[in-house]
Amino acid sequence: MDVFLQQLINGLTLGSIYGLIAIGYTMVFGIIGMVNFAHGDVFMVSAFIGLIAFLLLTTVLGITSIFLVLAIVLVVAMIFTGLTSWAIERVAYRPLRGSFRLAPMISAIGMSILLSNFVQVAQGPRNKPLPPMLPDVIVLMDNNGYQVTLAYKQMFIMILTAVLLGGFWFLVQKTPLGRAQRACEQDRKMAALLGVDVDRTISLTFIIGAMLAAVAGVMYLMYYGVVNFNDGFVPGVKAFTAAVLGGIGSLPGAVLGGLLIGLIETFWSAYFSIEYKDVAAFSILAITLVFMPQGLLGRPEVEKV
Amino acid sequence: MTAMLSVTGVKTYYGNIVALKGVDVEVNEGEIVTLIGANGAGKSTLMMTICGSPRAREGSVVFNGRDITNLPTHEIMRLKIAQSPEGRRIFGRMTVYENLQMGAAVDGNTHFQDDLERMFTLFPRLKERLHQRGGTLSGGEQQMLAIARALMTRPRLLLLDEPSLGLAPLVVKQIFDAIRDLNRTEGLTVFLVEQNAYHALKLAHRGYVMVNGVVTMSGTGKELLERPEVKAAYLEGGH
Repeated sequence: MDVFLQQLINGLTLGSIYGLIAIGYTMVFGIIGMVNFAHGDVFMVSAFIGLIAFLLLTTVLGITSIFLVLAIVLVVAMIFTGLTSWAIERVAYRPLRGSFRLAPMISAIGMSILLSNFVQVAQGPRNKPLPPMLPDVIVLMDNNGYQVTLAYKQMFIMILTAVLLGGFWFLVQKTPLGRAQRACEQDRKMAALLGVDVDRTISLTFIIGAMLAAVAGVMYLMYYGVVNFNDGFVPGVKAFTAAVLGGIGSLPGAVLGGLLIGLIETFWSAYFSIEYKDVAAFSILAITLVFMPQGLLGRPEVEKV
Repeated sequence: MTAMLSVTGVKTYYGNIVALKGVDVEVNEGEIVTLIGANGAGKSTLMMTICGSPRAREGSVVFNGRDITNLPTHEIMRLKIAQSPEGRRIFGRMTVYENLQMGAAVDGNTHFQDDLERMFTLFPRLKERLHQRGGTLSGGEQQMLAIARALMTRPRLLLLDEPSLGLAPLVVKQIFDAIRDLNRTEGLTVFLVEQNAYHALKLAHRGYVMVNGVVTMSGTGKELLERPEVKAAYLEGGH
């Protein structure tokens, strides 16, 4: 029970991070039908932007309030990551719209390699550490020395994710931008016939997805305390797995899939073997694609007659 | 009088295949103008070419004195041209209400409540279906929604592509009555594409006949109804 509870907390924390990244995959897939393989690297870039902002704020500007620093870091990371993603769409995907289906996906793989190599050259290949943040924990249970703890940073991650998802849900369901976004997902030509600037809506989709990934990037950096140029790949593919598991194109599916992948990974590590945790997560990808290609909350590929 | 919409010498291609071979059409303010023709004549292509999707490769489209031939689609629509397109193109995963909101977005959502009430008087069925998803509506209801969605933009020019397609005669009458009312009471300008030539020509002030990407005849609705060629090609076999 105690181990279970602890793993549940860890899994939900990790799942929050995957879920936020997965939304970016699923939104872009929903609107232009491509898998943005560079999204994981955009996430990694955001962690670096967060790291640089953090060091600038604490060492150069000498700000000591941790919450103020975190707030600024989050905003800075969101802005710059949003810009990065906007630029990628503009340069690497938009010119290929109307080209054959694989073209933008190949371009995305190129962008992914470009981003990770750029960061490797610009920031060096080694792990970049971050001074520990929010180190305190709450002890929930003490069972003969096995403490079940909830770290402040885990709490921070889960609460911030919940708040963001709430705001994001409101944006998509209730605002004109969200409606335009959903309209473009269903019928871009009709959306244009109603005065929706489709290119602009697609750009905004990339920006919003990247901003959520930026929050995930800063959380990841804070949670693990290190980041590496290669960190876009595995979390990126896991988040993609989450999006597929939840049903690609479905926003609630991305969140559900993220939480499930986070939980599967942590429980697997705790009860079976930590070495094989990535194998477990990626087996889910294969199993989902074979037996349930539409995912948990996805809709079957049948459209109007 | 200069026309509200004038299409001059428009040629449109799909790849290398020519769909419109130099079309001239004019629509004056306050008129109902219809374009009739057989399947594949290029009627819908003309509707879409007016909206810039696909774009005319030659010729020009002028709306209210402004050349819109090369404007992006969304900017053309923001000049208050609305289209209820072929196949209706309802957003199936949005509610009826949201579909109407999408229409109103062009107008900046400023008259939303008033316009919503107007649509309910015009098509009471939509009120009953308001929170249902568009995809669950029947064909006739979807057609009403497509027209209502176009009207929510408060258009100066309404383009209607085959509003009668696949609908029961009673529903067709209802929709044509609604168009006539809007034209009479609000002076709405309508450009109507139809295969249902008899009803369309009775409704319209003027009409054009299109064959294989060119306009072959034009005249008032009454004149065209009496032309033997029109009778033979489009009106035989009753209505």
